Amino acid sequence: MAVTPPERRVWWNAPIERVELVWIVIAFLWGVFMFGFMIAWHFIGQQNLSKEAYRIAPSAYEEKVENFAKKFQVREEQGIPVVKPQPGGDVYLLARLWQWWPILELEQGVSYRIHLSSLDWMHGFSLQPTNINISVYPGLEHIISLTPTQSGEFGIVCNEFCGIGHHTMTGKIYVTEKKRAEADRRLVEGGRP
Amino acid sequence: MTAETVVGAIGARAEFRTCQYTGLKVDAAAQALIKAHAVAAVIFLAVGGLMGLLVALTRWPAVHLLPAEWFYLVLTGHGANVLLFWIIFFEIAVLYFASAILLNSRLAAPKFAWLGFVLMVVGAIMTNVAVLQGDSSVMFTSYPPMQAKPHFYLGLVLFAVGALIGCAIFFATLVIAKEERTYEGSIPLVTFGALTAAIIAVFTIASGAIILIPTWLWSLGLISDIDPLMYKVVWWAMGHSSQQINVSAHVSLWYLIAALLVGAKPLSEKVSRTAFFMYILFLQLASAHHLLAEPGLDASWKIVNTSYMMYLAVLGSMVHGLTVPGAIEAAQRRNGFNRGAFEWLRKAPWGHPAFAGMFLSLVFFGFIGGISGVVLGTEQLNVLMHNTIYVPGHFHGTVVAGTTLAFMAATYLVLPLVFQREIIWPKLAKIQPYLFGIGAAGISLFMMGAGTLGVARRHWDVTFSDANLSFAYSAGAFLMMGLNGIFAVIAALGGLVFVLVVVGTVLFGEKIKSGHKLTFPLHSGGTAAASHYGSEVHPKLPGTIILVTIFFVCFVLYYFINWKYLSELWLFR
Repeated sequence: MAVTPPERRVWWNAPIERVELVWIVIAFLWGVFMFGFMIAWHFIGQQNLSKEAYRIAPSAYEEKVENFAKKFQVREEQGIPVVKPQPGGDVYLLARLWQWWPILELEQGVSYRIHLSSLDWMHGFSLQPTNINISVYPGLEHIISLTPTQSGEFGIVCNEFCGIGHHTMTGKIYVTEKKRAEADRRLVEGGRP
Repeated sequence: MTAETVVGAIGARAEFRTCQYTGLKVDAAAQALIKAHAVAAVIFLAVGGLMGLLVALTRWPAVHLLPAEWFYLVLTGHGANVLLFWIIFFEIAVLYFASAILLNSRLAAPKFAWLGFVLMVVGAIMTNVAVLQGDSSVMFTSYPPMQAKPHFYLGLVLFAVGALIGCAIFFATLVIAKEERTYEGSIPLVTFGALTAAIIAVFTIASGAIILIPTWLWSLGLISDIDPLMYKVVWWAMGHSSQQINVSAHVSLWYLIAALLVGAKPLSEKVSRTAFFMYILFLQLASAHHLLAEPGLDASWKIVNTSYMMYLAVLGSMVHGLTVPGAIEAAQRRNGFNRGAFEWLRKAPWGHPAFAGMFLSLVFFGFIGGISGVVLGTEQLNVLMHNTIYVPGHFHGTVVAGTTLAFMAATYLVLPLVFQREIIWPKLAKIQPYLFGIGAAGISLFMMGAGTLGVARRHWDVTFSDANLSFAYSAGAFLMMGLNGIFAVIAALGGLVFVLVVVGTVLFGEKIKSGHKLTFPLHSGGTAAASHYGSEVHPKLPGTIILVTIFFVCFVLYYFINWKYLSELWLFR
């Protein structure tokens, strides 16, 4: 029994039961497959988290985000600037107690370099209802190339506990439809002398 | 050098009694210590479980019981009390049982063991006081730069030191037993599993000390800064790896209960022991499970670590997933339940709470906790669920439906065999594992469901009513959180019945005298342990093969469903 010493003193060269051996081989191969699939996804998949990150003082990051917001602000909502960056350009988003700042307006099907960092504690970038979840650290600027594939209004929730106001920490991303975005751009370009 | 000089000059004049049911020699000092640890464990389970119920009732949108401040306070206490205090007190009891009792030996240095116990109690109370004072609602994980009061960290450190003493006593007892030749050959499989747990515990506790001591000094103002990413890497070398102590401990208990209740022998000693050994080699890499959504870490580092080096530790658990039911099937067929593929399972002692709890624990741990754990720990898939309530869903499948249920099951053997009290209210005891198991499985599944729909963990208000920018989760998410609340109530009822039965039995249960017939009997082979040595010989296991096949199909399907979800996300690299 499992509560008594093995019957044979030399138990380690007793043969393995067939059913056990078959299962060990299947389970091992499945493990190798799952291991390989993570590597393969870096080549065949479109969803791999970037490792690009830099150390940065929170105050320096705050300045970057403020300059970015000033430059590309298109309107205001609830006292928060709505910022429409250039397609394919750098986008700065900051997390602090307790908001995601500023509000972003992106175009569908266009890739942006999104910068993420926190000014104070750890926060959790949780894009909903798409369900993309990434940790945000103070002192680390994380850069992700992100391409929205859907259009509409998306919420950013904080899903790393950050104190008593944690559940009030939200943000917003608007994604304009591909066709409308292109028409808008033509209009702007056509209007230029 | 003899064991005496190693552990100090502690007299070898231990008192023993012989157990009338198992024939084992029971050291009085070990017995007293096991009782003390078990009682402390159940007290912290009661406190932490009540806190868990309050958390679930607050997250049930229709009830939303506590105000925000209290919610975060109670959630911090819930984590510390059940994940740490209940489980580790019980595990130290398991270590003393698996060494002194199973090896017919005296326990090494009982006075030091009591010192460890006192340190653990003082530490656990200190941390609870810090949490209840309200300035330390930093969650169980206490990520800096968020700071708790110094005695929050100090309590955890003292508790860890106490637990480390417990591990040392266990190792010393193994040395004594070997030296005094209280057993022949190799240690039993259950002791081997406990040894695995103790070895993992040592490097787990070391990791905890490496990070919590500087954090404590930081909270005192003696260190200026703790790097949050570094903290997370080292903290999780304790936080996740300590869950692997639980796995080793509860798998050992599965083997123990199967042996005592149906007379199961391991199919092959070599396979089961190697599976345990895999845990020691690879489980430490699991810290990476919590770092998959973090900035600056390389994909190759993440892949190697999060997969425990090509899933070799998962392989260990999958092997136990076959060998435990396989050993039960082989034993039951020998007991005469040989018809069809499943007579052995139908006619198993389902009315015995230890067996019911053990088997439910095995099923839930594999199907819910195990599968979701692998999916959650896959490098890219993690982004779908990181820090959503899917994460608590997963670990309630492992730690509540798996470990806690297995520990409860073992308690139904500890009460008559160690406390020597007959279980009062046997009818309540009979339904308890089902009540608690179904509740725990329900909360795990519905939290996983809500997490798949995006609901954040550790979050007071899914309606975001106080937020500047409004946001709403889908109606499905609200339904899932409601169902989670209902099943949490069922689990809490199961927990309450458990605590009542244990406390009632310890205080008022009929004292077991010589010749007493147990309400929940052991397998008749239990009395003649010596005649049941060794492994099974060429068993036929059609039932187990069917069960394992179902498990594997579920695993593969669920794995690929999640890749499908992932491929539909926005593109990022």
